[in-house]
Amino acid sequence: MSTVKKFMYVNRHAPYGSIYALEGLEVVLIGAAFDQDCCMAFIDDGVFQLVKGQDSSASGMKNFSPTYRALGDYEVTRLYVEKESLMERGLTKSDLMELTYEDEDDDWAEKPSIQIVERSELGRLMEEQDVLLNF
Amino acid sequence: MIFSIMVSEGPYTHQASDSAYQFTKAALDAGHEIFRIFFYHDGVNNGTRMTTPPQDDRNIVDRWSELAKAHDLDMVVCVAAAQRRGIVDVDEAKRHGKDGDNIAEGFRISGLGQLIEAGVKSDRLMQFGD
Amino acid sequence: MLHTVNKSPFDKNSLKTCLSHSLKDSDILLIEDGVYGAIKDSAMSGDIEKALTDRKIYVLESDIKARGIDSSRLVQGVAIVDYGGFVELAASNDRVQSWL
Repeated sequence: MSTVKKFMYVNRHAPYGSIYALEGLEVVLIGAAFDQDCCMAFIDDGVFQLVKGQDSSASGMKNFSPTYRALGDYEVTRLYVEKESLMERGLTKSDLMELTYEDEDDDWAEKPSIQIVERSELGRLMEEQDVLLNF
Repeated sequence: MIFSIMVSEGPYTHQASDSAYQFTKAALDAGHEIFRIFFYHDGVNNGTRMTTPPQDDRNIVDRWSELAKAHDLDMVVCVAAAQRRGIVDVDEAKRHGKDGDNIAEGFRISGLGQLIEAGVKSDRLMQFGD
Repeated sequence: MLHTVNKSPFDKNSLKTCLSHSLKDSDILLIEDGVYGAIKDSAMSGDIEKALTDRKIYVLESDIKARGIDSSRLVQGVAIVDYGGFVELAASNDRVQSWL
């Protein structure tokens, strides 16, 4: 499979209330092994996936939020978080986990994976993709 | 044109599986190729042969099996999602010490890589879910 | 680009999110409960009329029929397609986004 396609994983669901976020993350991690050009978008309730301080122990559910920290190691380095979705939910960037990756083209400098983008920009980014998968 | 289909919900509760089926049939009728149909999340529940709906309703599982047979379709149930929800074939049942299998005819269990491959090898990957 | 929406806008925000992300010249196809979004004189019809000025909006025939929606009840300018038309829309656009 030599073709490189642009994949965008669109996340619009909050974690825990449904399994979409967790199983979506599993797709992203497997997809990373295929050397495609991939990014993630967090829109609507999807932004809640990245909120820091998640502790699911008392709910008896698996806390999968640490997995987002591993994305950089899988070369998933672009996480587009929609500015308006954050604002509508009373959140700011400081409420989100600090996610980073090491940039191999820049002497492995540590860089932030999360990019806050406006809704209009996200619409344009979607038009650049080949495959859009929704979770 | 080459299409692949992703079904993200189980049968009956949501319309997703019905819509995916109708789309697949229409694409085949129009002369397109279906590279793969991938069942994920609760969509894996489309692949159990234990389904027995009332006589006057459609049998969603049988309908998929028959379409796959008629057009030699590759229908893949995600292994990780299937394990969570108790969809097993003979090998999986043996591996996990289960007393029976329930995979329906025409479906096979495989990994998530099959979904990514469908995205890479198809012109369009259509997602039906909820 | 083809956008599909399968949720009623009176229940979920999928259609609003679709409308706010789709660019000029996009095709938007309402399927399943998404077809309720195309009913005229509703709380949503103003948004649909506005979108129709630079985008095309379609509803899936079998889904409006199943729900008892006559074509006369749709916002003017909304087109009706069958599954064959759905396949054509998917083929003629370079990419597809399903707003679930």
